[in-house]
Amino acid sequence: MIRFENVGLRYGTGPEVLRDVSFHIKPRSFQFLTGPSGAGKTSLIRLMFLAIRQSRGLISVFDQDTSTLTRKTRQSLRRRIGVVFQDFRLLPHLSTYQNVALPLRVQGKDESSYRNDVTELLNWVGLGDRIHALPPVLSGGEKQRAAIARALISQPEVLLADEPTGNVDPPLARRLIRLFVELNRSGTSVVIATHDIALMDMFDSRRLILTDGRLEIHD
Amino acid sequence: MKYPRHAPPSSIVPPQSIAGRALVLVVTIMTLLACLTYGAVTLVYDAARDWQSDIATEMTVQIRPAEGLDLPAEIEKVRKAVAAVPGIASVAAMDDRSTLSLLEPWLGGNIDINDLPVPRLLVLTVGERDKLDMNRLRNVLKETSSHAWLDDHSTWTARLRGMANTLIVAGILVLLLVLGAMVLAIVFATRAAMAGNREVVDVLHFIGAEDRFIAGEFQKHFLGMGLKGGFAGGVLAVVLFAALSLLAGSFGSSGDTLDLMFGGFSIGLGAYIGVAILVLVVAALTALTSRIAVQTYLE
Repeated sequence: MIRFENVGLRYGTGPEVLRDVSFHIKPRSFQFLTGPSGAGKTSLIRLMFLAIRQSRGLISVFDQDTSTLTRKTRQSLRRRIGVVFQDFRLLPHLSTYQNVALPLRVQGKDESSYRNDVTELLNWVGLGDRIHALPPVLSGGEKQRAAIARALISQPEVLLADEPTGNVDPPLARRLIRLFVELNRSGTSVVIATHDIALMDMFDSRRLILTDGRLEIHD
Repeated sequence: MKYPRHAPPSSIVPPQSIAGRALVLVVTIMTLLACLTYGAVTLVYDAARDWQSDIATEMTVQIRPAEGLDLPAEIEKVRKAVAAVPGIASVAAMDDRSTLSLLEPWLGGNIDINDLPVPRLLVLTVGERDKLDMNRLRNVLKETSSHAWLDDHSTWTARLRGMANTLIVAGILVLLLVLGAMVLAIVFATRAAMAGNREVVDVLHFIGAEDRFIAGEFQKHFLGMGLKGGFAGGVLAVVLFAALSLLAGSFGSSGDTLDLMFGGFSIGLGAYIGVAILVLVVAALTALTSRIAVQTYLE
């Protein structure tokens, strides 16, 4: 699905933030990406969903070398990847329903074709009574669940979550991780970036550990 | 289970901001200027066409007095000869009193026409233009009298046409300048909107939206603004023309002179249609410019 081979990343002329990173995200796999703050987790996530380009090395996503992708192909590959941002990135002028439906709307689908799916997903993540609410009035946990629902609505093959439990209390954090586990069981590969060791210890999963830009893999 | 329909999808581009209202105002003003320019150009064009048509229906023959020439007999001879030329509907000799009244602004009222070598005028009214052979008319005149000279007003017509064409070309240039300025304003506004909505554009990219979808959303947004501004500008232009038309009518004799020169400020159906077309052109130009600006920005 996603393969990194000796990937390095540098911003401008500064030092490399990622050095010789190599790993493989397999289909239906579940892993945590961890490391101290500033280790490069977000940069690695951004490389995985093609938001930035590597300075060196090879990245292939769905068996396609990302350095040779056309703009259109890059955009179509992104549709197969769901992303949950640390800062949610919900559009404040759209309702919860419209935010979650956005990935389907940009694919040109008619509202009548996805209305039921969006509503059911919102019910599943516990936002059934907040469908028409605007993001500014949602709590941190509700925003996070809306962001997760948006990432899941188009049934991505890979889900990347950057600190999805960073803004919620521990009970909700555990519920959200269980939600990701459910998703993984239904066939989606999941990568969760987090520095919450206690949370990771609750789940026996592969760990990708970033330290000073270098990656260690603990299966 | 079927769920009820929710509210219609909102625009992905955030609704009207202060910058958006300012752009609508810019488009309104530009549309107004464009419509006024168009109106002025059509006014000049219609007036020039009416003048040319009026001038083209009349010609004059001047008969110069000479030593020993029987002027009244000469006038009658020329009148009969010219009246027989096909295409000439009528020939009328201007009497002495009418001739003197033409000279009154320069020479005053108390003059004897016989004391001055004043040419006498024959006014020719053209009937069927396509039957009139100007060469034949000149030849007839030449053969009939060596003291007669034909003024077909071609000099005036040419000058009038030249002036009208110059004004029309100037009007078109002004129109293009106005539309060009509007396009530039839209380009800047689009770039500002893109920069101000960077978060929206980023999120759209991350969820896999293609550039043409993003450009389409901004285009819809700016088309709405273009239609609002264009419609407001068009309505203002029509109201202004109607007001000018009323004002011109209340100027008394000055208004009559204006009517004589410009055929009045009344706006005909053609001008309304032109204003409507301009409004649509402005809206389309707004949408197209913003789409191109967005696509350039995204690339």
